[in-house]
Amino acid sequence: MTQAQQSVITEEMRAAVGVEGPPVTMEVEKTNCRMFARAVGHSDPIFYDEAAAKARGYRSIVAPPGFLGTPIFRPGSGGGVPGEMGGRGFSIPYKRVLNGGTDYEYFPEVDSICAGDTITARSKIAGFEETEGSLGPMLITKRETTYTNQDGKVVAKMYGTLIQY
Amino acid sequence: MVQVYFEDINVGEEIPQLKKNCSTQQLVLWAAGSGDFYQIHYYKDFAQSTGLKGLIVHGALKNAFLGQLLHDWIGEKGELRRFGCSYRGMDEPNQDILCRGVVTKKYQDGGKNMVELDVWTEKPDGKKTSPGTAVVTLPSKA
Repeated sequence: MTQAQQSVITEEMRAAVGVEGPPVTMEVEKTNCRMFARAVGHSDPIFYDEAAAKARGYRSIVAPPGFLGTPIFRPGSGGGVPGEMGGRGFSIPYKRVLNGGTDYEYFPEVDSICAGDTITARSKIAGFEETEGSLGPMLITKRETTYTNQDGKVVAKMYGTLIQY
Repeated sequence: MVQVYFEDINVGEEIPQLKKNCSTQQLVLWAAGSGDFYQIHYYKDFAQSTGLKGLIVHGALKNAFLGQLLHDWIGEKGELRRFGCSYRGMDEPNQDILCRGVVTKKYQDGGKNMVELDVWTEKPDGKKTSPGTAVVTLPSKA
């Protein structure tokens, strides 16, 4: 770049950092755990067989790594995973969007996520960054989603990166 | 399942690899399992209409492969604390995706044996398409 690019981060965007969106209810069901595990190719029976999971000390079939429940679908809603691609909707000049990556954090010392759980996901923008990549100037939106189970325990966090360019 | 112990591992060592190769059927299974129904993962004409050469593997599926790599490695007594990756490159169906991990740090914290790793998926030519990191705990032999 020969001259300083003007920032695309607006006052509105700055004000949105740290503000929690509406909570999304996620259901962890046996069949969804099995489907997710099967799609990945897991072989551990704790993801498929309730008796095997209980024998290993779990309450029920275990949610495989990366599975944090299924949002309740309602006709007319977009569906999808809360927070995964969040951060769009602001008025910026970039038209293309990429999911830059996702990190999952678990708190097994608090509780694991098992079939039968109802999880409440709360998502917020953790921050914006601007950078110059091989694709040109980019806006990076960091998003953080906290997953709280039916007992009020935080069982997972998801850190998402959205790239717009 | 073989149990790996904290005492058995050293910084710089690679963990057992996990080889994947997605059929288009597996991508459809993943669409249903994950709720990501974007057509670039199962409808070739649509994928090509967006400028892609063909179908591509979901980034989140490769991330979940890394979850399996770690889950299978840490055994029944290990705990998966954190894992994830960046989506840097595309993978195609019917091509090997090698999931790998290397220990970068081991230490004790609050009575737990913590292990940090670099993890990634790579293509047959060695290009890393999903570089990431992970934190797990492992049991002690004692």
